[in-house]
Amino acid sequence: MTQSVVVQVGQCGNQIGCCFWDLALREHAAVNQKGIYDEAISSFFRNVDTRVVGDGGNISKGKICSLKARAVLIDMEEGVVNEILQGPLRDVFDSKQLITDISGSGNNWAVGHKVFGRLYQEQILEKLRKSAEHCDCLQCFFIIHSMGGGTGSGLGTFLLKVLEDEFPEVYRFVTSIYPSGEDDVITSPYNSILAMKELNEHADCVLPIDNQSLFDIISKIDLMVNSGKLGTAIKPKSLVTSSAGALKKQHQKPFDAMNNIVANLLLNLTSSARFEGSLNMDLNEISMNLVPFPQLHYLVSSLTPLYTLADVNIPTRRLDQMFSDAFSKDHQLIRADPKHSLYLACALMVRGNVQVSDLRRNIERLKPSLQFISWNQEGWKTSLCSVPPVGHSHSLLALANNTCVKPTFMELRERFMRLYKKKAHLHHYLQIEGMEESCFMEAVSSLSTLIEEYNQLDATRSMPVEDLPRLSVAV
Amino acid sequence: MSIVTVQLGQCGNQIGFEVFDALYSDSHCPQGLCSKRENEVYQASCKERFFSEEENGVPIARAVLVDMEPKVINQTLSKAAQSGRWKYGQHSCFCQKQGSGNNWAYGYSVHGPRHEESIMNLIQKEVEKCDCLSGFFIIMSMAGGTGSGLGAFVTQNLQDHYSNSLKMNQIIWPYGTGEVIVQNYNSILTLSHLYRSSDALLVHENDAVHKICAKLMNIKQISFTDINQVLAHQLGSVFQPTYSMEGSYHYRRNPLGELMENLVPHPEFKMLGIRNIPQMSENSLAYSTFTWAGLLKHLRQMLISNSKMEEGIDWQVRPPLSGLPTLGKVSLNRELHFNTSIANLVILRGKDVHSADLGGFKDPALYTSWLAPVNAFNVWKTQRAFSKYEKSAALVSNSQFLLKPLDTIVGKAWNMFASKAYIHQYTKFGIEEEDFLDSFTLLEQVVASYCNL
Repeated sequence: MTQSVVVQVGQCGNQIGCCFWDLALREHAAVNQKGIYDEAISSFFRNVDTRVVGDGGNISKGKICSLKARAVLIDMEEGVVNEILQGPLRDVFDSKQLITDISGSGNNWAVGHKVFGRLYQEQILEKLRKSAEHCDCLQCFFIIHSMGGGTGSGLGTFLLKVLEDEFPEVYRFVTSIYPSGEDDVITSPYNSILAMKELNEHADCVLPIDNQSLFDIISKIDLMVNSGKLGTAIKPKSLVTSSAGALKKQHQKPFDAMNNIVANLLLNLTSSARFEGSLNMDLNEISMNLVPFPQLHYLVSSLTPLYTLADVNIPTRRLDQMFSDAFSKDHQLIRADPKHSLYLACALMVRGNVQVSDLRRNIERLKPSLQFISWNQEGWKTSLCSVPPVGHSHSLLALANNTCVKPTFMELRERFMRLYKKKAHLHHYLQIEGMEESCFMEAVSSLSTLIEEYNQLDATRSMPVEDLPRLSVAV
Repeated sequence: MSIVTVQLGQCGNQIGFEVFDALYSDSHCPQGLCSKRENEVYQASCKERFFSEEENGVPIARAVLVDMEPKVINQTLSKAAQSGRWKYGQHSCFCQKQGSGNNWAYGYSVHGPRHEESIMNLIQKEVEKCDCLSGFFIIMSMAGGTGSGLGAFVTQNLQDHYSNSLKMNQIIWPYGTGEVIVQNYNSILTLSHLYRSSDALLVHENDAVHKICAKLMNIKQISFTDINQVLAHQLGSVFQPTYSMEGSYHYRRNPLGELMENLVPHPEFKMLGIRNIPQMSENSLAYSTFTWAGLLKHLRQMLISNSKMEEGIDWQVRPPLSGLPTLGKVSLNRELHFNTSIANLVILRGKDVHSADLGGFKDPALYTSWLAPVNAFNVWKTQRAFSKYEKSAALVSNSQFLLKPLDTIVGKAWNMFASKAYIHQYTKFGIEEEDFLDSFTLLEQVVASYCNL
C-alpha cells in the first residue's frame, strides 16, 4: 500500500486542507471499527506514540495511538494556520511540519514564487524530505492551492519544481482553485497565468476547480432542501456539504461548504487506492489512462450524488440518475460543459454497492450522447470500490480529459490581456528581483500553446472517423 | 502429474481463487452420480493435480500468487482460509507496495527484472512440492499492467528455466468498452510476447462471459465474482479428471500435455477458445433434462457458427460441401459465417457418457485440409458428473473463434498508435515505438494465418 503527502499552500489551500483532514478522519473512523492502524489509514496518516520525544515515535502496526496527518502546511501569514492549530484538529498536525511567515504575499505571485521561494527553499525541502522518510512507499504528492492569490499561486507552484527535482518518481497531483470572473483580487489574472506556466511544465495532473461552480452547486442543494420538494427524503446535513464534526457549526462561512466539496473530491479520488473493491484503481493509473499527451493533463471533475437520501435501498433508477448527473454541466466543479465538447478520455470511479453490470449498462446508455476523439472511441477507465463514502450508499467521481477546459483558459487569457495592455499593477511584479516582462510573455505563450493544442483536437470533431490502413503482411 | 498455477495481478488472483474453489467443490460434490470408489479415485486425481497436502489434511492449492500491490492478495488469502476447506500456502505470495499503474512497460521492464529472482524462487518451491510436474497455468488479464506486463515477463522466464514443462496462459480478454483506456496497447504487447514464449493461449472474453451471466444464468446485477465463477466452471469442466482412454477407468495423468499435443500442432496457431454446455442457474437446472444427442448438436453448431453461448445460435450456418475447393482468402469485412477449425477437443462428463455419438465432430468439412480429422478431433470422457450437471460437455477449440476479437483489438490499437497517444507513458519505461511495431507485425501475421485457414 502506498502513502500520499498533502501539501497545502496559502489561505485557500490550508482551509480546504483542513476540511479534507476532518473528512478523512471521519471516513476512517466509520470504516475502521476496531481501532487498528491498517494500511488504508496509513496512506494519509502516521501512527505515533506521543510519549516518545523526537522522531522515534512511529508505530507501524497494532492499535491506533495518535494519528498524525501526512501533511505539510505552508502559509506566508499566520492567521489561517494558527486557527487550524488552535482548533479541534490541532493534534492531527505535526507542529514540525509547518512553514509560516508573517507578512503574507500581498496577492503577488512574484513575491510568493521568487521572494519566499528563495527564502524558504531549504526549509521546504527539509520538511518534504522528512515527510517522505516517514513513508514506506510514497506514491503521490497532493498540492492544494488557489491560482489567484500570492502564496498559494506563487509559492505553491514554486514547490512543484522542487518536488520534480527532489522526488522525480513521485506523482504530483495539483488541485487548483481558479479565480471566477467576479474575483475580488484585481491581479488574479496575472497570478493565474504565471502559475499556469508552472502547472503546464511541472505538474503530472491538475484538477481545476472554480469557486463559482462550487457556489452554484451549494445553492442548488440549499434550494432543494428549502423547497421541501423531496420532502423528508433529503438529509440537509450530509458529509458533502456540512462541516458538522470537528469544525464549528455556528460560524459556517459560505466557503466551508464549498471546501467540503473539494475535500470529498480528494477523498473519492484516493478511495480505490485505499480500500478494497472488485476493480481497483491506483493513483498512478489516473495519469496513465487520462493523460494521452504530457501537456494535456487538466482533468474536469464531477461528484454525484450531492445529497444523502433517507432510504438506503435505492432502486436502480436512482443509480442510473447518478451516472447521468455526472455528465451534466451543473455537476462539474469547473464551469464547463463536457457533453458538448470533445472527450479525450474519461474515468468513472464508483464507490459502494455498484456492480460491473450497472457500470456497463450506464456506459452503454450514455455513450451515444458523448463525443470521443477518433482514436479513443472507447476511452473509458473504470473502477469499483466496495466501501461507500460516509452517509451514502454509493457515489461516483467522474474525471474527464475534455476540451471543455478551453473556455476557462481562454477567458483567463482575455482577462490577463485586458490588464496587461494597460500595464496595470505591473510595477508590483517587476520590482521583484528576477521578474521581467519576458516572464509574463512566456507565461502567456505557454498558455496559448496549450489552447492551440485543444483547438487542434476540437478541429478533428468534424472529420469522419475512419479506420487507418493496417500493416499488410505477406502470408 | 501436477499443474502449478501462477496467479498474476488483480484479475489473475480473483479468478485463481474461483478456479480452485470450483475444482475443490466439484471434487467433493456428493452428486457425482457414480460409485463411491470411482468418486474417490476422481478426488484423488484432482487433488494430485491441483492440491498438495498439509499435515492436518487441509489441501493447499498448488499456486503462486503475485501482485504488485497487496489488497487483492490479502483478500484472496483470507477468502480461501475462511472457507475452511482449502487454502493457499502461507509463503506462496509475492507482493509489493505499489502497482503497475496499468502500464505494460512498467510491469514488464521495471517490476519484471526487479522481482525476477523472488518470483522464480517461489515458483521453484512450489514445483519442488510436486512429484511430477506437468506444466504451468498462468492466469492473467491483458488490459492491466501487472497481469499483462509482468505476466509476459514471467512466462518468458518460465520458458527459459523450465523448458521441458508446458505453459498454458489463461488470458482474460477485456470488455470491448473500457475497463482501461490503454487496454488495447497492453493487449497487443501481451499477445505478441506470449506468442513467442507460451505454448498455448486459452482465452476468456469478458463480454462473452458477461452475456452468459445475463442471458443463461439470469443474474440481475452481475458482479465480477459472478463472471469469475462462470469462468472457473468452464475451466473446471476441461481440467477435472477424465478417463485416459476409451473403455478404461483409469484417469488421465497428463491432461495439459495431451491437450497441447491435440490442439496445438503448429506454433503459428496457439489461440484456443472454450465453450461449454449446458450453463444455467441452479433454479433452471432443477427443471431441465438433457440428452447427449441434444447437447452435442448444440455444441457442434456453436462451434461452426462461432457462437459464444447456447442462446442465439445461428442455425443457418453450414459447413462447406466437401469436395469443393475452399474459397480463397476470406475477407474480414464480410461476416465470417463458417468457423474453420484446426483441432477440437470435446470433454464429456456424466451419465451414459459412452453412448454419446460424436460423429458430427469428425466431419472433415469442419477442419482445414492439412490435418486429418482423426488427428484433428479428440474426445475425453468420464462418467462422473461435473458440478451438479447430470450431463455436461465442454469444447476447447483451436479455430477461427478468436479471429474477429483479435482483429478488432489490433485495429483499435493501431488507430490509437497512429496518433501517438499515450506512447510517452511506455517510452518512459523502455518500450519504444519499434516494440509496438514489432507487436503489430507479429499479430497481423497471426490474423492473416487464421484468416486463411
